[in-house]
Amino acid sequence: MEAVVVDNVSKTFRIATDPSDSLKERILRFRRTNYEEFVALRPLDLTIDQGETVGVLGHNGSGKSTLLKCIAGILTPTAGEVRVRGRLASLLELGAGFHHDLTGRENVYMNASFYGMSRRDVDAVFDDIVGFAELAQFIDEPVKHYSSGMYVRLGFAVAVNLDPDVLLVDEVLAVGDEVFQAKCISRIKQFQDEGRTIIFVTHDVETVRQICQRTIVLDHGQMVIDAHPSKSIRVFREYLHAHSPIDDPSSITESPVLFTDVRVRHANERSRRHLLPGESFTVEIDLHAAAPVERPVLAIEVGDPNGTPIFRVDTEDLGTPLRHLDGDHTVHIHVRNVELLDGEYPLNLTLSDRATGRVFDWREGSHQFEVANPTRATGLVALDVSVESDVEVLVDVEVDVEAAPRSPTE
Amino acid sequence: MSKRRTVLEHVRELASFRELLVNLTRKELTVRYQHSTLGFLWSMLQPVFLLVVYTAVFAILGAGFGKFSIWVLCGLLMWTFISTTLLTATKSITDNATLVGKVKFPRAVLPLASVAGALVHLGLQSIAFAGVLLVSRHSVDWAYMPLVPLAALTAALVVAGLAVIVAPMNVYARDTGHLLDLVVLGWFWATPILYQFERAAETLENNGLSKWLQMANPFTPVVITLQRAIYGSPTSIGDKRLALLPDESVGWYAMWLVAISAIAVLVLAGALRFFDRAETNMAEAL
Repeated sequence: MEAVVVDNVSKTFRIATDPSDSLKERILRFRRTNYEEFVALRPLDLTIDQGETVGVLGHNGSGKSTLLKCIAGILTPTAGEVRVRGRLASLLELGAGFHHDLTGRENVYMNASFYGMSRRDVDAVFDDIVGFAELAQFIDEPVKHYSSGMYVRLGFAVAVNLDPDVLLVDEVLAVGDEVFQAKCISRIKQFQDEGRTIIFVTHDVETVRQICQRTIVLDHGQMVIDAHPSKSIRVFREYLHAHSPIDDPSSITESPVLFTDVRVRHANERSRRHLLPGESFTVEIDLHAAAPVERPVLAIEVGDPNGTPIFRVDTEDLGTPLRHLDGDHTVHIHVRNVELLDGEYPLNLTLSDRATGRVFDWREGSHQFEVANPTRATGLVALDVSVESDVEVLVDVEVDVEAAPRSPTE
Repeated sequence: MSKRRTVLEHVRELASFRELLVNLTRKELTVRYQHSTLGFLWSMLQPVFLLVVYTAVFAILGAGFGKFSIWVLCGLLMWTFISTTLLTATKSITDNATLVGKVKFPRAVLPLASVAGALVHLGLQSIAFAGVLLVSRHSVDWAYMPLVPLAALTAALVVAGLAVIVAPMNVYARDTGHLLDLVVLGWFWATPILYQFERAAETLENNGLSKWLQMANPFTPVVITLQRAIYGSPTSIGDKRLALLPDESVGWYAMWLVAISAIAVLVLAGALRFFDRAETNMAEAL
């Protein structure tokens, strides 16, 4: 079921070239002011199903906040239409809708009434809100005495406790401390389990990787990609690279060493694309060093099917440093006994300078390996499990013993 | 672009946000009185103070007529309500720019909260005024007293319609407030508050105009009703027996109030329609 439909929505702002928003000016000039048009959002289609968590990545001015405000109903699109099913709660700015002179308690009621909630509705969840925000001692203090972290906590606590069907979050979480961020993320995950829809605007790639099932990237008001987070993140990074203003002169210089090709190989690749749990694979990396490079660090990171990193190691950690690169080289990274279950596992590869940390080249999510698990076990890790008992075991349950996971200690 | 809503839909939406209206009104009042020790007493002190001042000033000038200060207060308290509402409503949206830019809610609640806040004020001042009347042993005309709340309602409806128009105007033309200052000042002198209806009637008729021209100002019926009921006499109290107000029945005064209210409801509906159009680009215009 569709929760949010953005139907061919575009937004153009008119900026007065000669600012004169006064009656006097209008009367004296006797005509309309001159405007310059600024296209914040080009015609965009986006359909978000109920229960989906969609990330929106983009630089400042890419149109992501405009999109969010159009969805929230704060801005009216210049063309097109936004349809939202159910109650929508938005967290667009730190403490938006809070009044400094009112206490936390008064602000909770005030904030909730912006969503059309009655006093009684709020009474029912008030303790949850305060508990979640961890502000019990301060709830009767005017919020002007609150820290920015406390603001976010209260704002987030109100928004998530309003029982919204669709939750819009714009950046704000970055302000909270790490413990609270973790709490928010776990609450967001609970939201996901409850089948609620979340739209998450940020430029924090890690959070997107962690919680989003789908991510769109906006650039200059245009949707660049709408795909799995790992893919979108890669595209976002590429755009970041291509368009961001150069503030560090060293980044202008050509990278002395680049990946020329990356391949993921395994023993049975002719017969099947995927691995079985416990099999091994190799990442082959062709490098070309235009100039001699001393001891670069090659790191490999493995993500789970949602893109969350589950493993990282580099050539220094492994005790196999790449001493000297010049010209063409090929590096083989052998990954043995992959005791994982079903899924596509993205690989991130980074080649950087050991001393300065400068990244020479990277591949993020562009390569992956796939595991297909023939057993009925579910989850992430293929543990070697068997059952022994004095109870008679029913034999009509057939287990493919051949393909059962092998012990990792083999 | 989404379809334009009807006024009825707009009203229904506003009705579902009445809790917000209450909270915003309460906010306005708490914030206003928070840092004052006397709190709400301040607004109650105002009529008492005004009464003392007018009594003293008019005693010195020797102008006016019997119980002139009570006469003046009848209209002045109502005018305070009208002018503060209009002036706060004008800025109600622009002063809450961050809110409008970050949170979605029916924006018309903002000017309406200004009306509600000023209404609470009027209520408090009325209590103080009633106390003053009691202490000074002034007798009101009880036959006309039931019209007092009706007059207040009429004024509130007229003012609500105007508030809903001027608030979005100020978003697109920031000097609406300055213009309104002048309008309010002119309007004050066009309303028989410091002078009497029949005195102005005389002047009008001497110039070949109908005295009922005054009733084109919607606040005139409101104010003269309050004067008729609270001052309690169509002629001045004391020796001179000046004609002050139309010597008409309760029904006549009520009819005027009902007529003005009916027009005010239509104006309010039109104002909401206008507001709906203005709301479209409000967030970005701020």
